[in-house]
Amino acid sequence: MAEPYVELKSVSKYFGSVVALKDVSFDVRPGEVHCLLGDNGAGKSTLIKTLSGVYTPDEGEIRVQGKPTRFASPADTRDSGIATVYQDLALVPLMSVARNFFLGREPMRKFGPISQFDADFANRTAYDEMSAMGIQLRDPEQPVGTLSGGERQCLAIARAVYFGAKVLILDEPTSALGVHQASVVLKLIVQSKARGIGVIFISHNVHHAYVVGDRFTLLKRGRSTGTYAKGEITRDQLLNLMAGGKELVDLEQELAKSARNGPA
Amino acid sequence: MVSEIRDERVRSVSRLSRLLSRPELGAAAGTVLVFVFFAITAGNTGLFSAKGIVNFLEVSAQLGILAAPVALLMIAGEFDLSVGSMIGFAGILIAIPAVFWGWPIWLSLLFTFAICGGIGALNGLAVVRTGLPSFIVTLGSLFMLRGLTLGLTRGISGRTQVSGVHELAQNDPLNSLFSGQVLSGPIAWLANLGLIGKRADGMPAISGIPVSIVWWIVLTLACTWLLTRSRFGNWIFAAGGEANAARNLGVPVARTKITLFVMTALAAALFAAIQVLVTGSADTLRGTQKEFEAIIAVVIGGTLLTGGYGSAVGAMFGALIFGVVQMGIFYTGIDTDWFKLFMGAMMVIAVLFNSYVRNRAMRSR
Repeated sequence: MAEPYVELKSVSKYFGSVVALKDVSFDVRPGEVHCLLGDNGAGKSTLIKTLSGVYTPDEGEIRVQGKPTRFASPADTRDSGIATVYQDLALVPLMSVARNFFLGREPMRKFGPISQFDADFANRTAYDEMSAMGIQLRDPEQPVGTLSGGERQCLAIARAVYFGAKVLILDEPTSALGVHQASVVLKLIVQSKARGIGVIFISHNVHHAYVVGDRFTLLKRGRSTGTYAKGEITRDQLLNLMAGGKELVDLEQELAKSARNGPA
Repeated sequence: MVSEIRDERVRSVSRLSRLLSRPELGAAAGTVLVFVFFAITAGNTGLFSAKGIVNFLEVSAQLGILAAPVALLMIAGEFDLSVGSMIGFAGILIAIPAVFWGWPIWLSLLFTFAICGGIGALNGLAVVRTGLPSFIVTLGSLFMLRGLTLGLTRGISGRTQVSGVHELAQNDPLNSLFSGQVLSGPIAWLANLGLIGKRADGMPAISGIPVSIVWWIVLTLACTWLLTRSRFGNWIFAAGGEANAARNLGVPVARTKITLFVMTALAAALFAAIQVLVTGSADTLRGTQKEFEAIIAVVIGGTLLTGGYGSAVGAMFGALIFGVVQMGIFYTGIDTDWFKLFMGAMMVIAVLFNSYVRNRAMRSR
């Protein structure tokens, strides 16, 4: 099995007296999808921000390709091949797909002493990179605002991959989407995996995670309750492990009871 | 292997539909309408004679010089309400050192551009650092600059007007950059061919094209290139469209905005330089309300008040409409009191039309 590209070893993070993460280990290998599951407040956000260089861990260490690393900033993390795609996707809706693709890293072309934005290259590259992820653009010059939710995710992911991401951290990419668009995003995840990229898929939707995940790590109140490979655990077991699972069963029983004893 | 996801709603985009979602569309259509209207109502009054054309182009040019950089700033999501006061201030900065302290004109011009650029940078810094709306920050500068202009001028000269610049500027090396005429040769040639009318004394009705018109065209072209073809232009759109996303992608949003505030301040100084050298005097009230006229031209030109979308060519059309209507009303003999009513209404219609075009652009493809 391949070496992990990025690895957290017994990481803890405290905010004053609050224990946000305690002794959490987590890693992702090239070409696998590692799902990070947990309820709101379980520590998912803290873990992502630690992985993407926003926070530095108070205890434990981060390794990139086996080497202990300290990220100085999110930009530093990005340079070491770990790209985070946040829920807002960092897209500008009124700008074209191609211009969004290269925003902040514009390709330039020299005409004598003048260098100007290479629109042809930008259009072609944005189109090709999105096709490679399985999305056919109508027109690379269409505004991002005209894209569907899935297409926007594709743009954000394709952009990260094009600029050298080896590991993608996807923060709740399916949560705001309808059924069809969510399946588009799940296909994008599989596509990224097929291209040898390690994907960290953060979700609280077990159904989405189970379809594409290779391994699953559950966070509960800042601690990891364990990492399971797909063969070791069923979808229902995962559901039960998550906070909502047991509570829903309890609620079901309670409702059944009150229905029997109903206020007849 | 994952199958390709093809959108079954694909349809080809015609050139026409792409043209119809351009921001300048409304202003271009408006320009045609205004020209047709005045061709009918003022066709034989001389509005479209060589002299009339130069007259309205000169009005348009002065506003257009302001409007092009103001458009860029508004696309980046900010306002500069201080450009009008900056014109008055810059005019005084040119005239006082020249008239009272004996500076050569070229030196007072350079001095003025430097000071105005610096104030523009301060405007930008104040907006970026405080996070306050630029509307409020530059509303403050609007009043402060006008007050400073009045105080300084009266303090130094005892009056509110400084004249006598003409005589001093006669042989200045920079004078012709701001007040001269170009293409005098070709104009005289056209007049000899009978294509341009002649005055009673046999001289051509116009002796050349005022240099302000050249500035207007050059600035519009430069701003258009910046916006659509340079890296900076991408940053302008992003800063106005979604500043946070832009910052996360490493776009220097603050630097972009400060640069644009410097550009609008320099445009106001250029406006003042042309005005002072053409009229030979400076007045503390010059430039009053120009900030709003510039915003009207920019908005008629299709730029969104909320930023992120717009064009410099559109602002050129906006300024052209402004000039044609102002001179057209004069030539048709309609009471010029109605001019502001017309321009205000035109702007509101333009905003409605532009938001329709923008929604079309966001939906139709």
